[in-house]
Amino acid sequence: MQDPTVSNLDFEYRYGFSMPQKYTFKSKKGLDQDVVKSISDIKREPAWMRDFRLNSYRIFKQKPMPSWGADLTDINFDDIYYYIKPTDKQVNSWGDLPKEIKETYDRIGVPEAEKKFLAGVSAQYESEVVYESINRELKKIGVIFCDMDTGLRKYPDIVKKYFGKLIPPHDNKFAALNSAVWSGGSFVYVPKGVKVKLPLQAYFRINAERFGQFERTLIIAEEGSYIHYIEGCTAPIYTTNSIHAAVVEIFVHKNARVRYTTVQNWSNNVYNLVTKRARADENAVMEWVDCNIGSKVTMKYPSVYLFGEGAKGEVLSIAFAGNGQHQDAGAKMLHFAPNTSSRIISKSISKNGGRTSYRGLVQVMPGAKKSSVFVSCDALILDEQSRSDTYPYMKIKENDVTVQHEATVEKIGEEKLFYLTSKGISRSDAEGLLVNGFIEPVVKEIPLEYSIELNRLINLEMSGSVG
Amino acid sequence: MLVLKNLRVKVGKMTIIKDINFNFEKGKMYAIMGPNGSGKSTLAFAIAGHPAYKLESGSMRFEGRNISELSPDKRAKLGMFLSFQTPLALSGINVFQLLRIALANKKDPLALKKKIETIAKKLGIKSQLAERSLNEGASGGEKKKLEMLQAAILDPKLLIFDEIDTGVDVDALRTIAKFMNENKDGKTYILITHYNRILHYIRPDKVLILMNGRLMKVGSAKLAEEIEKSGYEKIMSNVKS
Repeated sequence: MQDPTVSNLDFEYRYGFSMPQKYTFKSKKGLDQDVVKSISDIKREPAWMRDFRLNSYRIFKQKPMPSWGADLTDINFDDIYYYIKPTDKQVNSWGDLPKEIKETYDRIGVPEAEKKFLAGVSAQYESEVVYESINRELKKIGVIFCDMDTGLRKYPDIVKKYFGKLIPPHDNKFAALNSAVWSGGSFVYVPKGVKVKLPLQAYFRINAERFGQFERTLIIAEEGSYIHYIEGCTAPIYTTNSIHAAVVEIFVHKNARVRYTTVQNWSNNVYNLVTKRARADENAVMEWVDCNIGSKVTMKYPSVYLFGEGAKGEVLSIAFAGNGQHQDAGAKMLHFAPNTSSRIISKSISKNGGRTSYRGLVQVMPGAKKSSVFVSCDALILDEQSRSDTYPYMKIKENDVTVQHEATVEKIGEEKLFYLTSKGISRSDAEGLLVNGFIEPVVKEIPLEYSIELNRLINLEMSGSVG
Repeated sequence: MLVLKNLRVKVGKMTIIKDINFNFEKGKMYAIMGPNGSGKSTLAFAIAGHPAYKLESGSMRFEGRNISELSPDKRAKLGMFLSFQTPLALSGINVFQLLRIALANKKDPLALKKKIETIAKKLGIKSQLAERSLNEGASGGEKKKLEMLQAAILDPKLLIFDEIDTGVDVDALRTIAKFMNENKDGKTYILITHYNRILHYIRPDKVLILMNGRLMKVGSAKLAEEIEKSGYEKIMSNVKS
């Protein structure tokens, strides 16, 4: 499974380069109370956050590893660096970044993207956000977009009100780990009635070997507001493992709408263990668009807690697992109020011995009358070595609801391949076409710039199988 | 241009095509007829290179080149085109995307789009049909027209249409036949048909009768008319006597 000679990512992953490591601070390897304290000290945090971290560390130590989901036995928590500070200061101009970091983002293509179609950009390198910018007009009308550390310093009251309230440290082992050692991530606040037309984007980059990135993101959309947040992630290829364990909490207030798009393209040595949750109040809309292409193992189930009457939740998910990869992804929808609706559309592709699992939970509480649930999960398996599983859990405790569930598993059809090849299309191009056709219902929801990138990534993964 | 020599084709362990010898000439229109299960579609798939249809013995040469070992896409690149009896529905892929890749992105996308629109109009294909997932929710006639559209863009030398008239209404059949007649110039057509409805609109140069996997009779367009009148059995009993 792990034979590097047959891993197409080794040839095709264009973000696999690494830069020399020049750091202003790097914690010792492994995790103990002192490492947690030193992170808090360096950040000069208020006492409540320091206590929150230490308490979370205790919970992390007590919690067992999850007994379900992907195989995590290869993770060695003692062999990881938990905090690396790449530079002394954060800048708001690409030109001012240290040479290695600037070159990294140039190669990933961030500066052009910012110019073209974004309202704001932040870039995290190792543990810290090193670059940040936001459209001046947005700033004027009160939109806040900064790294989480700055958010805590400048807006302590808002942060204290929301931080860890949706995903408390005891939620799961990796949420506890993140809560203990978190650094960076985004803090987004959209005031009442403000609709931000262009997306905000965060880029996460791991450069160091055996490193753990634990960013923490908090998004608050006040009544009637709108924001679209996009994140992209890449890392170099190392033979050792890195961990990415993020926590993302989103509060969507009455009549507000938040869309959160992820194009996860970690290299094949990253454990991607992320907890993402949103709370949707009355008539609020929360949409997760979650694309997992990279990583060694991903366990991620974006969820929406539908608290307010009429709230809507949606998860559109794409997972692609190639050689040595396991994408254990899905969604969670919890209906607490009447007239709430949820929609989960999951498309997974496994190839070259890759494994995908759809894992979903939909729960309708007593009293959530006239709620509607729609779940559709389709898996495409490209060869005999690959695997796909579906674990759909439904707990419906209210009678007056509409529930629809569809699931399909298909192998890529020889007849369809022949139909395309007989028109002069090579077999690998034909497979690429069929795969892109398969995920099209989700891809069309993604901004054009990203859907082109996503199609390109899929085609790269597909062409890797030949020769 | 396409020479079949002692061709035997098997699917799994069953031999379907038995000892067929025939030379399809450039620029001619052929009709292959025969009752159900006579091996017409098998022959078409074998010529196009379907991986499940294996050559047991004999050879296939296209413009002098042995094609029996070539993959379907390589055969297509030499100038062969197969239209399926039932063109498959492909979700999320429209005819533009398919053709763009089939042409290896060589053609300017805007020019290609324009060409597709022009030909679609001639064939009476609704424009939204060309933008939708290929063949999804399309009628029999529309599917065959979309095949014709692809053939017109890919511009092959040899066109094989399997069961061209099955599931196609008279108007669509007329349109397709008209389009074929107008675009004959030097191309070789092989029309596989169970009935001879299409032959009311197209006059083949030669009619081949296939039965039980064997080529039983070759004749002029008149042969098709005889079959319409008397049926296959009658014709065949004449052959034997």
